[in-house]
Amino acid sequence: MDRGLLGLSGDLKNWKWVGLGNYKELFFDDYEFPTLIINNIKWLILSLLVIPIGLGLAIFLNQNIKEMKFIKPLFFFPFVINLVVVGLIFSWFYLPKYGFLDLVFRSLGLEPIAFLAEESLATYAIIFAFFWPSIAYTMIIYLTGLTNVNREIVEAGRIDGAMGFKMFWYVILPQLKPATFIATVVTVVGALRSFDMVAIMTKGGPWGSSSVLAYKMYEEALFSYRMGYGSAIATILFIIMDIYIVWFLYRLFQNEKSEK
Amino acid sequence: MFPYPIEKQPILNRYRYRILLYLSIITWLLPLFAIMLISLRSLTDLNAGNYWGIPTEIHFFENYSEVFIRSPMARFFLNSLIITIPTTLITLLISSMSGFTLAIHKFRLNMIIFAAFIAGNFIPFQILLVPVRSITIQFGIYDTWFALIIFHIAFQSGFCTFFLRNFIKELPFELIEAARADGASEFFIYRKIVLPLMRPALAALGVLIFTFIWNDYFWALVLVQSDSVRPVTVGIQVLRGQWVASWNLIAAGSIVCALPPVIMFFILQKQFIRGLTFGAVKG
Repeated sequence: MDRGLLGLSGDLKNWKWVGLGNYKELFFDDYEFPTLIINNIKWLILSLLVIPIGLGLAIFLNQNIKEMKFIKPLFFFPFVINLVVVGLIFSWFYLPKYGFLDLVFRSLGLEPIAFLAEESLATYAIIFAFFWPSIAYTMIIYLTGLTNVNREIVEAGRIDGAMGFKMFWYVILPQLKPATFIATVVTVVGALRSFDMVAIMTKGGPWGSSSVLAYKMYEEALFSYRMGYGSAIATILFIIMDIYIVWFLYRLFQNEKSEK
Repeated sequence: MFPYPIEKQPILNRYRYRILLYLSIITWLLPLFAIMLISLRSLTDLNAGNYWGIPTEIHFFENYSEVFIRSPMARFFLNSLIITIPTTLITLLISSMSGFTLAIHKFRLNMIIFAAFIAGNFIPFQILLVPVRSITIQFGIYDTWFALIIFHIAFQSGFCTFFLRNFIKELPFELIEAARADGASEFFIYRKIVLPLMRPALAALGVLIFTFIWNDYFWALVLVQSDSVRPVTVGIQVLRGQWVASWNLIAAGSIVCALPPVIMFFILQKQFIRGLTFGAVKG
């Protein structure tokens, strides 16, 4: 019989009140906890790179040549592809011996690296795979932003001699502010939902080195049947997220007010 | 227009731009070419270690039919449809109503309810694993389509309500006032005036929600146990565990699994992008 089901089906009499015991264990006794927090931070910070990369790609694609109508959707559509499939392709890319990168490294005469089996690299390899659909998303947000940039201001800037980077920094970027806001929001939410990629590509391995809070919670709750401990981890994740939700709501209501 | 239009630049730059553009799209789609090629490979190729080169024979029908014969792929696919379609429709119906009320009616808790919809939308939904799973078990709906449908509706309606409320807020309020002056009931206003005007927003959201639900992995993993209910996302992952070496079949299955949202995207591109970039123009 599935103990997970039994444990959950609500025989609360067998549940013991432990107070803050779960948190104490998590903070002081769980040797994985620091890794989890560091990995979540890696996810958050590295994911933010998706924003400038997406912006760069959008600027690169913002041209009116006739084939662009077909090329833009091709750049975008990795976003629509299932993360299971994305994870699968990249796992095969990274595979030692059979993988694509292995082949490339060998042909260049380099020592191949087993990216997902290497404790120090696994998280980065997963994040890199996640970049593919995420860049597509930020790119499309910025493309929409760019088509709505005020032409007159740009022309006026040109007349005043603003060129290249100066033009971008002082004229374009301020007008893309709403796009940047949305791009940041979706990227941060995406990064905190890193569960899927980790579950698909490494299952947290090797030896828990690529696990994140959400994945650890899933493991504890469903495989070790420790609902309480899993919930403690969930609460930590929720507290981290709260900081961000409050910031978002604050911005939103500021906007509502300024519109009135 | 930024950057400076390429058609106003010297011809050499135009060629350079085009070459760079084609090179980058090829690199960008490399992972897709790879998986498509693998799905066409024969077993002989794989045994010979030819994973990434040019396939010696094309096994299109063999591989794709074998996936459906040797695995419950057809079942998984059908399950995904059974879960995704009602969820999309019901979510749209419910959120169009809640969005209508939050946009049109002034009542004391309006802002708080609206904020709850938005905030709920940003919760990393995995943290709800323990309560959601125990609710489904206690109600006896664990491992059913119904469990997935009902929780998907709950989680998606936050974003949809947010989106539709803001959309309705932009509509001319005089329309509603005029209808009220004529003695129309609130339901009549919703059904006959606002709903038809909402159509583009509903289309945009519909495509988006369909894709999100179809691609959901987490809830399908947590709330479903048997093949008869399991949608394609988890199905593929299970097959991957069983068929470790048959890359060609796994690749073929993955392409089948990825296809519906991709087709939908290419047909309804405009709606799709309108839904996704909502808020990117004015914040």
